[in-house]
Amino acid sequence: MPTTPETRTIKVGALTRVEGEGALLVRIRGDTVAKLELRIYEPPRFFEALLRGRPFSDAPDITARICGICPLAYITSACQAMEDALGAPVEGALRDLRRLAYCGEWIESHVLHVAMLHAPDFLGVPDAFAIAETDPDLVKTALRLKRLGNRILEVVGGRAVHPVNFRVGGFYKVPNRDAVKALAEPLRWGIEAAVGMTAAVAAFDFPDLDVAATLVALREDGAYPIDRGRIVSDRGLDVPVADFGRHFGEEHVARSNALHGMTAAGEPYLTGPLARYTLNHDRLSPLARQAAAEAGLGPECRNPFRSIIVRMVEVIYACEEALRLVEAYTPPEAPAVPVVAGAGEGHGASEAPRGLLYHHYRLDGEGRITFADIVPPTAQNQKQMEADLRAVVEANLGADDATLRWRCEQAIRNYDPCISCATHFLDVRVERG
Amino acid sequence: MAKQPPRRPKLAVWKFASCDGCQLTLLDCEDELLEVAGHLTIAYFLEASRATLKGPYDLSLVEGSITTPDDAKRIQRIRRQSRTLVTIGACATAGGIQALRNFADVDDYVRQVYPRPEFIRTLPRSTPIRDHVRVDFELKGCPISRHQLLEVIAAFLAGRRPSIPEVSQCMECKRHGTPCVMVTRGLPCLGPVTQAGCGNLCPPLGRACYGCFGPMETPNTASLAGWFAASGTDSAAIRDLFRTYNAAAPAFRRESEAQARTTSSHADDA
Ligand code: SF4
Repeated sequence: MPTTPETRTIKVGALTRVEGEGALLVRIRGDTVAKLELRIYEPPRFFEALLRGRPFSDAPDITARICGICPLAYITSACQAMEDALGAPVEGALRDLRRLAYCGEWIESHVLHVAMLHAPDFLGVPDAFAIAETDPDLVKTALRLKRLGNRILEVVGGRAVHPVNFRVGGFYKVPNRDAVKALAEPLRWGIEAAVGMTAAVAAFDFPDLDVAATLVALREDGAYPIDRGRIVSDRGLDVPVADFGRHFGEEHVARSNALHGMTAAGEPYLTGPLARYTLNHDRLSPLARQAAAEAGLGPECRNPFRSIIVRMVEVIYACEEALRLVEAYTPPEAPAVPVVAGAGEGHGASEAPRGLLYHHYRLDGEGRITFADIVPPTAQNQKQMEADLRAVVEANLGADDATLRWRCEQAIRNYDPCISCATHFLDVRVERG
Repeated sequence: MAKQPPRRPKLAVWKFASCDGCQLTLLDCEDELLEVAGHLTIAYFLEASRATLKGPYDLSLVEGSITTPDDAKRIQRIRRQSRTLVTIGACATAGGIQALRNFADVDDYVRQVYPRPEFIRTLPRSTPIRDHVRVDFELKGCPISRHQLLEVIAAFLAGRRPSIPEVSQCMECKRHGTPCVMVTRGLPCLGPVTQAGCGNLCPPLGRACYGCFGPMETPNTASLAGWFAASGTDSAAIRDLFRTYNAAAPAFRRESEAQARTTSSHADDA
């Protein structure tokens, strides 16, 4: 006699420990996933529209307000796009100073995610405050490391959230030598602390999961990609940033206030720590590479649950790179290169902590913005997040609803999704039926 | 018999349309965070914890502005559950950068950004929390200052009014001995009409204040705009200066609208 397969619904009404607002609904009929929806309900803020008519020089500070966790990523991509449009490339010491600040943002954002948002999933506790009761040293070290990232942003940028010292062409004022040099000692401590935290997170249990999607990241000569590079993929793509639109697109689905990124062929792709690491393993410092090997990572990492280790390896690199830049620092003579307002079209991309962040602008004869397009990492990763979730649910069908819900949330937090960014995105619900 | 330990007040952190930067400021209080956590029960803070407790809440911190019909209802429910409600940041106190839509046609905005405008539900204006419910205290800034946030929490725990200075950024420069960027560099600076509190960040960098802390009490924006015009800033540029993160704060809104009228009458003359 045929039986109706049992239906289960798992819902996460408001995703927690992510930046911004979203929800997940999973409906399971028998042993198949009948429906899986990641819904972004973060209200849209219309940045691309409100930039129209504004002077080119407003783009870095205004787009910074898309995300309070990675404002410098927005500032950097916007500055580079405008510098491209107006023929004012920023090189040498000014570029190094930007990269130093960007290292600060990687440290601050990655450590926040690793210790405060993601680690509780692996330890089976609701938040970092609970970790602080059982392992106060871990939380104190993490907070101190995060503080160091913020400190770098304050020294170079004047403020950690929405720094004020960056402009198209460079800076308002270059930081003084002593303030920058004073970062060296804390950074030496930071390298040690990051190596210790890498070993600590490597001891967690990692569910199996292997992402088949195309990996996309920046890449440049001689350095791990942070502030710039060419766009490369594990399928042989290697193009300048200006070609982004030719190879990647976005689609708009009903349940989401975010646009979903896809390749020109309509396939999901992945940007962020796993892609950066796999495509640029050879660009890591010897110490970061060794720490990765000791943490059990090969030259490729395609398991999103292990992204927590990759983030810590990147923190080691960012501390070393920041120390190198601090030791080499002599204040540049001029704080900025001259930039003349005018007509133009420009593209800019940098590696935000969550992945590739692309900006594209067109300017009129007065240098006012006539067109703006901003493609944040979480929008690009959303299609792959759904694919991961489907795999995670299928691998855990025997689990009870509470366990399954927790696993789904963890799988989402693997991406450190920044929903505030994705709205141009989480509630997890699982239905079984 | 052992005495009951005093009940720890319940803290809730709520988010509306925003960048998360202001609530992140709470997580940025690294040195003080664990101590704050020790004095309060973190009852609802989605960005930090999976565990949530039901209301009522003793202190609600609200970030973000109201931009959707659902959010307009949600803030009413939050107010009913909150003994003290404090708004944090320019989004919550003035509507934020997303209030630039208030000067445009929102349907036009939706069409510019989303290929399928029919999927988007949004209000024509971004409005501060105060326009919807009673607010016990407003903390300004884009983002708020960490020190001011800690003062608000300390004052709440002590049962007193937060001590937040309401002087202008201009006074802050004088106190720090920072050379005036209007006098020395001829830059159009919003310091004379902007509330202090950021920690005197921009003028020491040789940058004009761009008003991220919003208007001070009774600012004389018209007189300042006159100075800008006299020193060669055109009305479109003055309009844009008042139209950023606090664009919908009444004093800044009125001035930008006055400048916009001048701009369009010039355009008509041309
Ligand atoms: S006021 Fe500024 S920093 Fe605060 S949430 Fe709004 S945009 Fe972000």
